[in-house]
Amino acid sequence: MSIQARFTIHRQEFVLDVDMEIPARGVTALFGPSGCGKTTLLRAIAGMEHCSNGFLQVGDMLWQDGTHFVPPHQRPMGYVFQEASLFPHLNVRRNLEYGIKRVPESERQVSMDQAIDLLGIAPLLNRKTHQLSGGERQRVAIARALAVSPKILLMDEPLSALDLARKQEIMPYLESLHDELEIPLLYVSHVPDEVARLADHLVLLEEGRITASGPIGEMLTRLDLPLAHDSDAAALFQAKVAGHDDQFDLTYLDFPGGRFTVTRKDFPLGHSVRLRVTARDVSLTLERQTNTSIQNIFAATVEEVIPEGKAQVTVRMLCGGVPMLALLTRKSATTLGLKPGKQVYAQAKSVALLS
Amino acid sequence: MLANSDITALIITLKLALLTTIILLVVGTPLAWWMARSRWRYKFLLEAVVALPLVLPPTVLGFYLLVALGPNGPLGSLMLALGGQPLAFTFAGLVMGSIFYSLPFVVQPLQQAFTSIGHRPMEVAATLRASPMDRFFTVAVPLARSGFLTAAVLGFAHTVGEFGVVLMIGGNIPGETQVLSIAIYDHVEALEYSQAHWLSGGLLLLCFTMLMGVYAINRRFSVTPA
Repeated sequence: MSIQARFTIHRQEFVLDVDMEIPARGVTALFGPSGCGKTTLLRAIAGMEHCSNGFLQVGDMLWQDGTHFVPPHQRPMGYVFQEASLFPHLNVRRNLEYGIKRVPESERQVSMDQAIDLLGIAPLLNRKTHQLSGGERQRVAIARALAVSPKILLMDEPLSALDLARKQEIMPYLESLHDELEIPLLYVSHVPDEVARLADHLVLLEEGRITASGPIGEMLTRLDLPLAHDSDAAALFQAKVAGHDDQFDLTYLDFPGGRFTVTRKDFPLGHSVRLRVTARDVSLTLERQTNTSIQNIFAATVEEVIPEGKAQVTVRMLCGGVPMLALLTRKSATTLGLKPGKQVYAQAKSVALLS
Repeated sequence: MLANSDITALIITLKLALLTTIILLVVGTPLAWWMARSRWRYKFLLEAVVALPLVLPPTVLGFYLLVALGPNGPLGSLMLALGGQPLAFTFAGLVMGSIFYSLPFVVQPLQQAFTSIGHRPMEVAATLRASPMDRFFTVAVPLARSGFLTAAVLGFAHTVGEFGVVLMIGGNIPGETQVLSIAIYDHVEALEYSQAHWLSGGLLLLCFTMLMGVYAINRRFSVTPA
């Protein structure tokens, strides 16, 4: 199952020209700076941006080719706009019902109660929309989009109109969507942190063109792409809870390259978590250190070393096949003799648990 | 107080205004919607035509309508060919004249209301499976309700106050085409100031009450911006 899209859209001083194939599962982020065309691309996928010569197939559904064009209201999709865009003449419950009522009963896979529970909006149902906070509005908008039982969920920077506190209020709900629903999600964002938390697959856009596309862990650490050179450049690790240490109150998380030790998180054994290790928090040694306070040490093979300005280098390594980044001074890199193929030990000073 | 002929004039006036308003809402709504949405480059031509009655002397409008509706005019001869009679100096002709005369008062508030809705709510409705017609009636119309109220009241009130067009194409036939504004004129001509007072005062009160109602209700209707 995949999503295939080909669009050429001419706008004033702007051309969107894309040809992509992305997996129709998990979360795919369309990522790029403002004005790169990611919203236009999402709107084209929704059928709201006309493009006469486009092609779009979502799974086994052909939505657009040279002769067919399925209008937006006949596409089984959910769409969340940048601003919640709730209908002001309907209360929260009627906003949710608006979509459900128009979906034939045989096609309803997400019940209204499920949507309400997933987004935690039960207490808001009888409110008027102008009585809601920004975060609440956006949660209602997401529930409303989910309630039409979409085959694909499209989100256009659903958090960008919110302040940090509201973002943190919604993020867990988005993460639970990711974990609990089978519905593929296409998510437009220009915030690296959101992408690192949510996305499984990343499509990089620049000036209306796709510059790269691939699995998130790969894309964040590819040294030929800008993300690995960001000041917050980081690698992601998908790990499973392997055990808890009651004596020191720790949790062990295993991934193919080794074991992370973090302060205790009350997850069941086998629970899958996403970890992030920032490049500046990683130091390298040639031998495994034993007299150190650092718990998270992994054997790694250097893949690539690239200068970062005059004084620093970014090192990309593989630990058990999983890419990892380290930001070092050029002097250290020279002293250690870092070059592709070199065996090293990567020490992670801090590990962030994303989900 | 009111003479019988005055009451007849009042009834004709209200009937004319009501009929005109209903027809204008039916015809003006799709027109206003199209004008609010269309990106046609020559749209301004149509906008100018719709706005003409705002500035044109009613006698000019009335004169052309008279020519068109008369037995030798295009509309009049069409009516004759269809086995009817020319529309000039009939109530039907009056309705037709009023439709042109009050057109901008219905279309402009509707167009403004539709424009201010913006594209977003309609797009949202489309992503929630509503067909174009469905989203027009379930989203655009409710969101434009204050525009509909304004359009209806302005169209009605403006038709009630019509004088020049009626005089030109309706003549002044009591019981058929004599409306209030003309009855008032007749009373003044005949120096019957007391009757003129009654009718004028009544009309003033009616129009003021309707407009007051619109503004009061529109304030309550106003939707808090998202």
